[in-house]
Amino acid sequence: MLALMIGVLTFVALFVDMAMDGVGRLSWDFFTSFPSRRPGQAGILSAWVGSTLVMLTTAFFAVPLGVAAGVYLEEYAPKNWVTDLIEINITNLAGVPSIVYGLLALGLFVYQFGLGQSILSAGLTLALLILPVVIVATREAIRSIPQVIREGSYALGATQWQTVRYHILPYSSAGILTGIIIGMARAIGETAPIITIGALTFIAFLPPAPVQAEPPFISFEWLMSPFSVMPIQMFNWTSRPEAAFHANAAAAGFVLVLMTLAMNGLAIWLRYRLRRNIKW
Amino acid sequence: MIRERLIELVLFLAALVSVFTTVGIVYILVRESVLFFEHVPITKFLTDTQWTPLFDDAHFGIMVLLSGTLTSSAVALAIAIPLGTIIAIYLSEFAPFRLREIAKPFLELLGGVPTIVYGYFALLFVTPLLQKIYPDLPGFNLLSAGIVMGIMIIPYVSSISEDAMRAVPMSLREGSYAMGATRFQTAVKVVVPAAFSGIASAYILGISRAVGETMILAVAAGMQPNLTFNPLEPAATITAYIVQVALGDLPHGSVGYQTIFAAGLTLMVFTLLCNIAGHVLRKTFREAY
Repeated sequence: MLALMIGVLTFVALFVDMAMDGVGRLSWDFFTSFPSRRPGQAGILSAWVGSTLVMLTTAFFAVPLGVAAGVYLEEYAPKNWVTDLIEINITNLAGVPSIVYGLLALGLFVYQFGLGQSILSAGLTLALLILPVVIVATREAIRSIPQVIREGSYALGATQWQTVRYHILPYSSAGILTGIIIGMARAIGETAPIITIGALTFIAFLPPAPVQAEPPFISFEWLMSPFSVMPIQMFNWTSRPEAAFHANAAAAGFVLVLMTLAMNGLAIWLRYRLRRNIKW
Repeated sequence: MIRERLIELVLFLAALVSVFTTVGIVYILVRESVLFFEHVPITKFLTDTQWTPLFDDAHFGIMVLLSGTLTSSAVALAIAIPLGTIIAIYLSEFAPFRLREIAKPFLELLGGVPTIVYGYFALLFVTPLLQKIYPDLPGFNLLSAGIVMGIMIIPYVSSISEDAMRAVPMSLREGSYAMGATRFQTAVKVVVPAAFSGIASAYILGISRAVGETMILAVAAGMQPNLTFNPLEPAATITAYIVQVALGDLPHGSVGYQTIFAAGLTLMVFTLLCNIAGHVLRKTFREAY
């Protein structure tokens, strides 16, 4: 009991300390200003825009790939050595330090594929990083669907894909969503792999807007743009010697923690609801 | 029918992405490391006691970085293993149902806090606190980074250990009570040994987390390579070194660029050894009911 209290209290103390340091810097301007050499004027505009765009890219790759892999392993995979290999691989990948993903991305995406130090490289890196989380969540959600549902579907003449498309995926969607949210919460806080591929710590412009006034209206130029993200902005401010920047770091950290806590809290709440509502 | 096969193929390819990721990691790390070891003999890499890859008089002794990694991990584990285990025993054996229902999600939330935030705590909260006790403590040191890292790892250790203890069948506990054992004796002498394989794998996970942790160390332990096992000193770890190089502007293809891949390969081999050790431990101590 005491040990639990120590753990919880330490965390609360740390968090309250950070909130107290940072809350003074939180204002509308903080969200709409670029980073600056003067701590009083610096803001997180380029960081949160960068984080949002990187997250979109990550979700675009990780969600379809992860769900497809999960469905394959649960519904299609035969019992043979290839399946075993894939399963062992996913378990191992979950244990690889995140900075190693950064090295992979640096060698492969940035130089081999020539994608440069862009939002696309970062999104792909984080997508690979959270892929195991999404796959495992998908598999667990699918596994909890009783066999009778599948048999019922087949009995009505549905093919395997129709069963998956109209029964398995809809019924497991809440569980899959939980996994996706947890994965995204992890990706948004990841710093090391993004530093490794060479994200900039000081950036005073926004990527080109995805929607434009002239035809063809939608532009993908932002994918190749240099960028910064929230945790990197915080790292930059934390490692500066001036105390005024530390207040900025605290404020950025406060926003970051609130975002991840909100996402994780949502996931836990979803799972809790799910457990109570489903009665097969 | 063709459509069905096609869909299966597409899904199979998605599952194969994970295999490609592993192959990609190994390929990139080994390819760049091979280039690196053409410049630096592997014996030098393993035995040299200096790490100055960017100086004119370059030395590449991975021992230096490894000592930082091992020292900070040892500090972290000295905190995470006892506290994590006690929390797990309490939650699994003693806590009332309602408290457990609240505590488990809370611990999960702690596991989701970004590590850069923990780095901030280590540098700007824990270090000044420790400096009040030891005034000589430098601003960057392995101790505060290790302590915060330990706090970060507690949720992983306690959550997996707790699952392992809860999986121990009730009949074992009832047998122990029937012999007149107290609740505490049952928890420590019956449940913990019975769940040992699961608890061991929680420890192993904690170790690989600690070894691979980057941002806390890069922020709070300093970036100065230093062959030391004294946690009161500043020292760079393998991961902090990679960050340091990535922040700078090293030309692609230079020896300095290749060192981070050699360092990454060392890290990878180390975590792989941990995983294998965990697997062996689990096999050896597995208790079947």
